[in-house]
Amino acid sequence: MSVTVDTRPTASQRQLVWWAFKKHRLALISAWLLAFMFFVIALCEFLAPFDDRHRDSAYTTAPPQVLKLWDTDGEEGFRWGLHVDGYTSTQDPESLRISYEADPDDRVEVGFFVKGEEYELFGLIPMERHFMGPHDPEDPMYLMGTTTDGQDLFSQLIYATRVSASVGVIGVLLAFILGIVLGAISGYFGGWADNGIQRVIELIMAVPAIPLWLGLTAALPVEMNPLTRYFIITTLLALVAWTGLAREVRGRFLAMRSEEFVTSARLDGSSHGRVMFRHMLPSFSSHIIAALSLSIPTMILAETALSWLGMGLRPPVVSWGVQLQDASKWSVLSGAPWLLIPGLCVVIVVLAFNFVGDGLRDAADPYKH
Amino acid sequence: MSEQLLEVSDLHVRFPVRRNLLGRVTVENHAVSGVDLTLYKGETLGLVGESGCGKTTLGRTIVGAQKPTSGSILYDGKDLADLSRREQAASRRRIRLVFQDPFSSLNPRMTLRQIIGDPLVATGEARGSELEERIAEMMRRVGLSPDYMERYPHSFSGGQRQRVNIARALIVGPELVVADEPVSALDVSVRAQILNLLRELQAEFGLTYLFISHDLSVVENIADRVAVMYFGKIVELAGTAELYETPHHPYTEALMSAVPIPDPALRGRGGRILLPDELPDPTSPPPGCAFAGRCRHALTGRCDTGMIPLEGGVRCVRSGELKLQGLTAKTN
Repeated sequence: MSVTVDTRPTASQRQLVWWAFKKHRLALISAWLLAFMFFVIALCEFLAPFDDRHRDSAYTTAPPQVLKLWDTDGEEGFRWGLHVDGYTSTQDPESLRISYEADPDDRVEVGFFVKGEEYELFGLIPMERHFMGPHDPEDPMYLMGTTTDGQDLFSQLIYATRVSASVGVIGVLLAFILGIVLGAISGYFGGWADNGIQRVIELIMAVPAIPLWLGLTAALPVEMNPLTRYFIITTLLALVAWTGLAREVRGRFLAMRSEEFVTSARLDGSSHGRVMFRHMLPSFSSHIIAALSLSIPTMILAETALSWLGMGLRPPVVSWGVQLQDASKWSVLSGAPWLLIPGLCVVIVVLAFNFVGDGLRDAADPYKH
Repeated sequence: MSEQLLEVSDLHVRFPVRRNLLGRVTVENHAVSGVDLTLYKGETLGLVGESGCGKTTLGRTIVGAQKPTSGSILYDGKDLADLSRREQAASRRRIRLVFQDPFSSLNPRMTLRQIIGDPLVATGEARGSELEERIAEMMRRVGLSPDYMERYPHSFSGGQRQRVNIARALIVGPELVVADEPVSALDVSVRAQILNLLRELQAEFGLTYLFISHDLSVVENIADRVAVMYFGKIVELAGTAELYETPHHPYTEALMSAVPIPDPALRGRGGRILLPDELPDPTSPPPGCAFAGRCRHALTGRCDTGMIPLEGGVRCVRSGELKLQGLTAKTN
């Protein structure tokens, strides 16, 4: 007979949350999806067949190619081999629009771990192998088609995921640090500190967010270094987004301040900071993590909207919003619906963060069930 | 009696109730108004009184959880308010509080190890294996198995939680323990265990207790001397046996008469003194004796004017002329 030890009485908060979270199917799937996304972000240069500057003016707005495992119309009949069909282009004499057809005779060999453009993995390791790509880097292999500039949409999408998701995550982290520290001070000390912080929050909340962002980003010089711009935009998003959390944290601290264990922590000789962040904050850290994952989507959507409006990030930095700018003209979109794929990506990632957030929020209070 | 440990003199604690537009306090609640109290080394002083009489506030002020509005607290001859920050921190280790509510006083997200060890960790007094040993040792002393160290408070009963509270208070080696209704939230059966534990620990560590309670039978059981508090003031202070036998203040008598008598055969004698419920308004204390409005012996003209001092341990102008009945008389 095996002896089963009941671990419940000694289970930490984290374990209890994890046990409850696992029961939430949709949240678990979403969590895996997000894990995959972060994997893609980390290995972005390796996974993208081309780098984000790659441009092929011969193929602008080319449709997606289908990846094939074999072909039957070659000279020897049936044969194996991963490949895509090349394009033949024809230009409409009246509208001057170029249309592309898949050309079965033009076979572009595709392989794994092929040599391509040089890059540095994690910004450190110089490499030139890509996970997947055409054997000849000059050949077209556009699995999701190309943009109006002739860039590979698939590669761009991978790079854009890195930018958009990191804006969301970094922005939310900044907002949370602000929100937690200011909310904690506000609720714990009360008095004039509370008054001051709450008035600032009301002021920020009273200003409509999108016009505020537009105003602030419009003030940035156009010729600014793209990386600096990226950080400034992230910070601006965070500066507006911390208020809701600060209020929530304040309410919690206010309610908990009069609990005996807080008095007892003070009498034990803890400093105010230690009481706030060691004794009080852990009581709702799981709620904070849930709120965190629920507010990343807002941040991603804000960045996407701003960039789409041309006020956020700008090429050569690609984000989902920057990519969607391409799809903002109906004349372009009608002939190239694949340009909407980044939009689909936004929807999926936003939903996934929301599901994970929901799952965590439900799991956050294991004692409730 | 032996050496003085703590001397409270003319202590006032007032809470702001209402402020005017400029933020100046216009209405105040007098929780403690002029308390003088001396504690001697090694004794147990019981502090009794009804809810809202200021006994908890007095206890909290002594441990430093509440700032006094005026008055002084001398500990070992030094005024706690005059001490530097560092000395104050040190005095906090010598005067500890055991909380009333064993539920809200333990952080539900911390294990017993974290709770009991926190006073040592917060000041960096012990760490690593020394910390571990001291926690385990303290747990054994209060009757908890050190195996429970990694458990959370929710898996313990009220009595066990109160043991945790006591362990946390005693781990820094205090001299004075202010026990604020330590057994009020517990079952009668567990009460005796905790009281015995407190008594054992007192003998072992030479502790001095300020034992706050509204339960006269508990206080009779544990205290050497008893102070009766009414409306922010001490109205009577005497040795336990003496006070229970012959109270000198009508309020003490009324309290005694309200103690339930376990033996049915003895009930119905002496009669209960029913007090009208109206307490004076704590924001504007009446002149004279605060109890006069509810006292059956009160005389207009004598009890409701001037300031009545605590004389011979009693704050009553008529104490000499009244013959009051104690608890012991009732049950014997």
